[in-house]
Amino acid sequence: MHGKGLRGLSVATIVVLVGAFAIAAFYAPLDADQGFRQKIFYLHVPLAIVSLVGFIVGGLLAVQHLRSRASIWDLRSYVAIHISLILGVAVLVTGAIWAKTSWGVWWLWDEPTLVSFLIVFLLYATYTPMRFAIEDPERQARYASVFAIAGGAFVPICFGAVRAQEQEVHPQTFGSGELPGPMWLTFLVSLAGMALLFATLYRFEIETKLTRGRLRALRRRLLDDDAPVQRRSAAPTI
Amino acid sequence: MFADTLPGDQGSAYVAAAYLFFLALLLVYLAIMGVRVARMRRELSELEQLTRERRDAPPASEQEPERLPT
Repeated sequence: MHGKGLRGLSVATIVVLVGAFAIAAFYAPLDADQGFRQKIFYLHVPLAIVSLVGFIVGGLLAVQHLRSRASIWDLRSYVAIHISLILGVAVLVTGAIWAKTSWGVWWLWDEPTLVSFLIVFLLYATYTPMRFAIEDPERQARYASVFAIAGGAFVPICFGAVRAQEQEVHPQTFGSGELPGPMWLTFLVSLAGMALLFATLYRFEIETKLTRGRLRALRRRLLDDDAPVQRRSAAPTI
Repeated sequence: MFADTLPGDQGSAYVAAAYLFFLALLLVYLAIMGVRVARMRRELSELEQLTRERRDAPPASEQEPERLPT
């Protein structure tokens, strides 16, 4: 089960992520306002960006599935959303920790960025149960693709609207011009590390699912079992 | 060089907690994937065993014909 370049990708991910965390700790200067607490920024913001982009990528892959009707695109869309959800858990928890240390509370319900991310997360949390609820694999894949496209379109609209509004207590990173050079560099390395992590987990999960499908097909052939497997599953079957 | 980058104020425990949570989440995910890969390896060796048994078994024509009851 060695996907092409998976080992190289894994090594690159480890090197860049460890490097990113090291320069976040030892190279990036302390923030004048927040001090050491601001170091969560180098973990939380890249995680959030990669997670949200993953949801959008899931939607784009679902478009390809509806166009081609090839189940591999459904699998790719499913895995992109699955990995984004896992990263989404980390975004919510690290965000809550940052809120606690900066604002003194774990959560602020009148903070648009926090609430909008929670809405997106909860929306995608229904994706897997929705797939599981549909027994027919073809219908499941079609409905899931429509969901992924609608969700993928909702993400930029939601966050565009949040950023467009003026009154916000959430720290603004981009466009404010306040981030000094070493902080920007650290942030970009962290973002690259998170993007590599997403790519590695995505490839690993895809390879695992494809290998599992091949193993099942081989077993059926060896045991002369022609009956199609009708086991209900949320994951696409290839 | 590092003097202004290291923790000098409160909140370092929260920073450590955030990074450790991320690491723990990643490790849990990798452990689950590891279990899945181990299960596939087991399944693969079962299939290899089955293939070997079939290859070593004599073909049906060479087997002793079944005796009919008299």
